[in-house]
Amino acid sequence: MTDVSVLPGSHPTRRDLTSEDARARVRRRYRSEARFRWYGIAALVVTTIFLVTLIADILIKGLPAFTQHSLSIDVPVTAEMADPEGNRSEQSLRSGDYTGLVRNAVKAELGVDGRVATGHISKILSTGAGDALRRAVVADPSLIGQTVKTTALLSDDADLYYKGVGTVIERADGAAAAKPSDVKGEITVTAPGAFAAEVASLRERAATTLKELEAQIALYDGSSDQAVRDRATPLKEQLPPLQAIAANAAAELPLDPHISSFLVAINGGIVKVSKLSGDVATGTALIPLKTADAAAAGTWQRVTYVTPEADRKVDDSKVAFLDRVQTDGNVSRGLNTLFFTSGDSREPEMAGIRGALVGSILTLAVTLALCLPIGVMAAIYLEEFASKNWFTDLIEININNLAAVPSIVFGLLGLAVFLNFFGLPRSAPVVGGLVLALLVLPTIIIASRAALRAVPPSIKEAALGVGASHQQAIFHHVLPLAMPGIMTGTIIGMAHALGETAPLLMIGMVAFIVDIPGGFTDSATALPVQIYLWSDLPEAAFKQKTAAAIIVLLMVLFVMNGLAIWLRKRFERRW
Amino acid sequence: MDMMTAHQTRSLTEAASAANPKVVAREVEVYYGEKRALNKVSVDVPDRGVMAFIGPSGCGKSTFLRCINRMNDTISTCRVTGKITIEDQDIYDPELDVVQLRARVGMVFQKPNPFPKSIFENVAYGPRIHGLAKSKADLEVLVQDSLQKASLWNEVKDRLHESGTGLSGGQQQRLCIARAIAVSPDVILMDEPCSALDPIATARVEELIDELRNNFCIIIVTHSMQQAARVSQRTAFFHLGTLVEEGATQTIFTNPTDQRTQDYITGRFG
Repeated sequence: MTDVSVLPGSHPTRRDLTSEDARARVRRRYRSEARFRWYGIAALVVTTIFLVTLIADILIKGLPAFTQHSLSIDVPVTAEMADPEGNRSEQSLRSGDYTGLVRNAVKAELGVDGRVATGHISKILSTGAGDALRRAVVADPSLIGQTVKTTALLSDDADLYYKGVGTVIERADGAAAAKPSDVKGEITVTAPGAFAAEVASLRERAATTLKELEAQIALYDGSSDQAVRDRATPLKEQLPPLQAIAANAAAELPLDPHISSFLVAINGGIVKVSKLSGDVATGTALIPLKTADAAAAGTWQRVTYVTPEADRKVDDSKVAFLDRVQTDGNVSRGLNTLFFTSGDSREPEMAGIRGALVGSILTLAVTLALCLPIGVMAAIYLEEFASKNWFTDLIEININNLAAVPSIVFGLLGLAVFLNFFGLPRSAPVVGGLVLALLVLPTIIIASRAALRAVPPSIKEAALGVGASHQQAIFHHVLPLAMPGIMTGTIIGMAHALGETAPLLMIGMVAFIVDIPGGFTDSATALPVQIYLWSDLPEAAFKQKTAAAIIVLLMVLFVMNGLAIWLRKRFERRW
Repeated sequence: MDMMTAHQTRSLTEAASAANPKVVAREVEVYYGEKRALNKVSVDVPDRGVMAFIGPSGCGKSTFLRCINRMNDTISTCRVTGKITIEDQDIYDPELDVVQLRARVGMVFQKPNPFPKSIFENVAYGPRIHGLAKSKADLEVLVQDSLQKASLWNEVKDRLHESGTGLSGGQQQRLCIARAIAVSPDVILMDEPCSALDPIATARVEELIDELRNNFCIIIVTHSMQQAARVSQRTAFFHLGTLVEEGATQTIFTNPTDQRTQDYITGRFG
């Protein structure tokens, strides 16, 4: 109905789409679009590489920690060790030395004796090796006096050895008849010509190691820094024995921990060789021989532990013991249930995440119980009921600012207010929950407000139109529609809280806590803090535990985020 | 304002003339902040029948409509002066409960806005919060009655518990009308109820409005002059925040007294 006046000449001249200029413009646009697409793909590729590397690294490190080796063995349960007070009372049975019983059984099985061997076996077995046996005996005291088959937990070193951190073991059959001089102690094994190959290869290996060592020493000595030059000193001490081996053309080759170990497995025992010639091997029996009879060619073995003893955690005797029990078929690899059922421990094989997991759950329960009602109510009030003035504006700005405050500040606040002023217990999930609630509250308020705002105003109008009060309109219609969004925001906030470490450090949830917390005021730690604690420990097994705990934490986070997505999809409504 | 106020020009011979008007507005002015959106509107709406508000966009007809159930209260900057009474009760009386008022003055919006709940729940919501049904059986009767009055019953009786948002646009709008009449209002306000609908759905809704006019006082805002001519008995023409002319629909469309009305209905501007 408006008059359209056409001005003469106002129409632009017809565009020439075939001109060189126009074509160049089109080409330029195509190039720019293609370039943009490639930027996007490149960004995705880089992200994927990072992500895959991260996850692969964690999985490779962490997955072995989900299994644990244990030794199944027949243990004769003697009354004096299992029941020190001799009255079959539960207290007495509990205080029995079951690990000692297991240790004795292993010693008997291997046929070893003496203080040194006992020490080695103690290191192979976990300090909790007798726990299964203790449980069995406490449950059924009639087992005392019988021989009981039990599963003994192996130590972290032994476990890591089986998981492949130990050494490659090379075996070759003895080509000639061999005659040991004795069954235990210092032994010479005479086997004419049988060791010639080892003599040659060990000498060669010594020469190679020597060369590497000399190169390293030269590198250190060439430095202008005194501290670096000092590093060469301990290396120089390793030189003479290696030189002796490499240069020695003599009949007797003295072996050294810096080259591979050579052992002779004969007559059911094993001899660690310290001097070797082509015909004679002299050494100590790590596992005693059954007889001192001559063994025919092919019935005995030459064994090489390739990794030098100095370079590994388990020494030759432990390798000999572990290798023996494994060959006997007594070692089994099973799911590491202890990892999920026990609290923290100084022994890696006995440390579990249950305590941290329960601590995290209790903390999050407190956080959720506080955050959800307060956050949602605050959001509803601010979004729907509060009058718009400078005061509500101020509150809104501050809520947004709070969401950006570093979490450690909330920890300091918790320390100052909850612990020092209100005197709440240190290290307790209730305080952790309060602090994390402060941290998550702004997130939930912001997410809830966004969710409320996303509900079309027509729904509220419709409710008002049929005579619902403002509050009825909000609670009957707007809130249910905003709920999926609020839930999503809450779950993501909770996931954020679950991964939070810094504020928990400040309120003392960073402690070595063995007991699984039973309530909100018990001392507890949380999953990310547990990861932080373990990552600080020197044992290789704790490195694996750290990665395994990260896997568990990531799993929980994935599940929570998955739940958020599912909720959103499930309750998403169209209008 | 050299124009005489519209209600003075009203033909007194009209059958529908409001001897006993339902809604009476006097000197109603609406301000959005400093801006005046309505200027001294005075109009009587008869007890039964359909009154149409027509006028170009931004003329204040919707603003005036939303004054009648105080929907403008939800806009914080909006201020209303003057007097509106429904059955001699001043609706801007501070003593009056807005929620009670809105139960008496139903509203149907431009875009169909059923609750994302079942068809049954859509209709049952109003009666439930106002306690209009004593029992579940009562409620079911009321819902059926409302849906029948909105001539939607036959289409939805087998799927009462399916979502109201799953209906077609026209059905949704009739559901909204059923929802409005379920609380037995005195007045039903309709703010361009057919502007989001196709012609067939529009025809259905217009038929429905025609049926409802015997039982309700209906005020409809529309952009379509044909629609106003079809469904209404009385028409008011708004222009730039003032009520230019009000009278029997036939008179307004065939023999308007004001030049601006003449120009608008003949399509000179708008």
